Amino acid sequence: MIFLRLAWKSLRNRLLATSLTALSIALSVALLLSVERTRRAAEEGFMSAISRTDLIVGGRTGPLQLILYTVFNLGNATHNISWESYQDWAKNPMVEWTIPYSLGDSYKGYRVVATNGDFFTHYRFRGDRAVEFAEGVKPNGLWDVVLGAEVARRLSHRVGDDIVLSHGATKGESFQDHRDKPFKITGFLRPTGTPIDRSVYITLPGMEALHIDWQDGAAPTAAKRVAADSLKVENLKIHTITAFFLRTKSRIETLRLQREINTYKEEPLLAIIPGATLQELWHSLGYAERVLRLISALVVVVGFAAMLIALTTTLNERRREMAILRSLGAGGGRMVGLLVFESGLLTLAGIAGGTALSLGAFAALGPWLENEFGFYLVGPALTGIDLLVLTGIFLGGLLIGLVPAVRAQRQALKDGLSVRT
Amino acid sequence: MSLIEVSHVEFTYPSGRAPVLRLPEFRVEKGERIFLFGPSGTGKTTFLEIMAGVLRPQKGSVRILGQDLGALSPAGRDRFRADHIGYIFQSFNLIPYLNVRENIELPLHFGSRPGKNQLDHLVKSLGIGDLLARPVTELSVGQQQRVAVARALIGSPELILADEPTSALDMDHRERFLKLLFDLAGESQTTVVFVSHDRSIQKLFTRAVSLADLQAVTA
Repeated sequence: MIFLRLAWKSLRNRLLATSLTALSIALSVALLLSVERTRRAAEEGFMSAISRTDLIVGGRTGPLQLILYTVFNLGNATHNISWESYQDWAKNPMVEWTIPYSLGDSYKGYRVVATNGDFFTHYRFRGDRAVEFAEGVKPNGLWDVVLGAEVARRLSHRVGDDIVLSHGATKGESFQDHRDKPFKITGFLRPTGTPIDRSVYITLPGMEALHIDWQDGAAPTAAKRVAADSLKVENLKIHTITAFFLRTKSRIETLRLQREINTYKEEPLLAIIPGATLQELWHSLGYAERVLRLISALVVVVGFAAMLIALTTTLNERRREMAILRSLGAGGGRMVGLLVFESGLLTLAGIAGGTALSLGAFAALGPWLENEFGFYLVGPALTGIDLLVLTGIFLGGLLIGLVPAVRAQRQALKDGLSVRT
Repeated sequence: MSLIEVSHVEFTYPSGRAPVLRLPEFRVEKGERIFLFGPSGTGKTTFLEIMAGVLRPQKGSVRILGQDLGALSPAGRDRFRADHIGYIFQSFNLIPYLNVRENIELPLHFGSRPGKNQLDHLVKSLGIGDLLARPVTELSVGQQQRVAVARALIGSPELILADEPTSALDMDHRERFLKLLFDLAGESQTTVVFVSHDRSIQKLFTRAVSLADLQAVTA
């Protein structure tokens, strides 16, 4: 009891030093928790960018490449799939639904995805979230386009605006614009926190019409150019798509279907299970995760160093106090105990403050992060691992407190009650 | 049995080469008020700390109340000090962040001396009864030393060791301070060993001892 009172009053007496020390620990704890939570949210967001899709099918390529260009808007397909093969698999009795994807164009650096109504009906992310409209309707006509949330926000378009798409999906290069075939915006999507926000959606016939007069990837000469108003949906035949998403009627069929697609005789295809590939991709990005963790661990070390410095410097001022307590019969063990108890209280205050700071900051900034960065704070605010780490920090604080305490105790045994400087 | 029996004590600081103290014989009887004097740097404080059991001499024995301090563990000596000895420093006796009452009651938490009911009487006698709730940092030096006396005497320890507690006081206050100390020590039959270099107050004690003389015997 006297212990608690002494420690408490002594800490309160040195309020400035005490609160600065606790603050330095609080800041490192807050940073540690925030980095960890951000990392978790990033992983969660990454892993749940696509759900409910059992297989992603594209031309023969690497699994990582396939998931990158279909789900993450990164890189390009090397081979397309013929419309016939796609139809073949879409009609397979094991298949519940498919979503065709045709890629290759861009709008101001944002990927253009040509798809059909199945995308808006079936595509799911983060569990069971569907693609929703913030405004307008899905693309129906040949020259209709719908913008993802980020595209809409960054470029501040309005429904009804005409936009010109560019050929090629690479950002920053000199594009050839499809100036003769402008698209009309029919709607905007709600933010999803997935790459959908950074995509632009048109219809499959729209994609076909856009390139109808192109030959072997080259723009048509003026003479061969086909006028936009002469094209009709009914007359357009879709020849190829880039990839398609697929849902099986029963999950048990997935592996069998995958094997069948991968050994498809008509055309070399690759079917991947998105969850497994995402896992693999995340692990290959693991070094970034480890760097983040390392940084937060170092921040805690710096926090501890600050505490050690603070404790050591105040200890010099407190030798008089220690001598008085000793003259009253407080033993060496009790003195060490008192000092360690104080650093324990400090660490505890720092941990509590840091946790509150981190939770408060995320609560306050969460909506802004979602709006501005499409960054969703999914998952629990504090995990068991976090609590374990915090316990570790607490024990570390006690250990740090032990260093100056034992030193002071040794000094006192040598010098007696006189404070020699 | 004498209250204090010191024989053939030799003490050297771990960092020092020569012993700072070499004491063949020193006895104090119960109820005595000893004035132990000597110039600065002759080991007065070191000797007090040895008798308090804070420092342990390399040679010789120190018995207080018949207990050989050398036979006790460090924790045992701390406990013995808490139970039987009051210590008064030259200055800065008080824990700055505790108030007057908390400072006075502090020794009761470390030993097994009962003494809570003595507090009122002690503070009244010392004239600090109305300061109990005050932070000690607001007290004058004289008031602080009286708080230190109350703290040393609470629980009626058998021995008080005082390390020049009057040197910061002016002459008038010194005598009044000592008179108060002796009155209260007399009530609880507490023995007082007081070290100082200021011989002007020597006459108030029952016996004066020169530390130099004590040490000279062997030389």
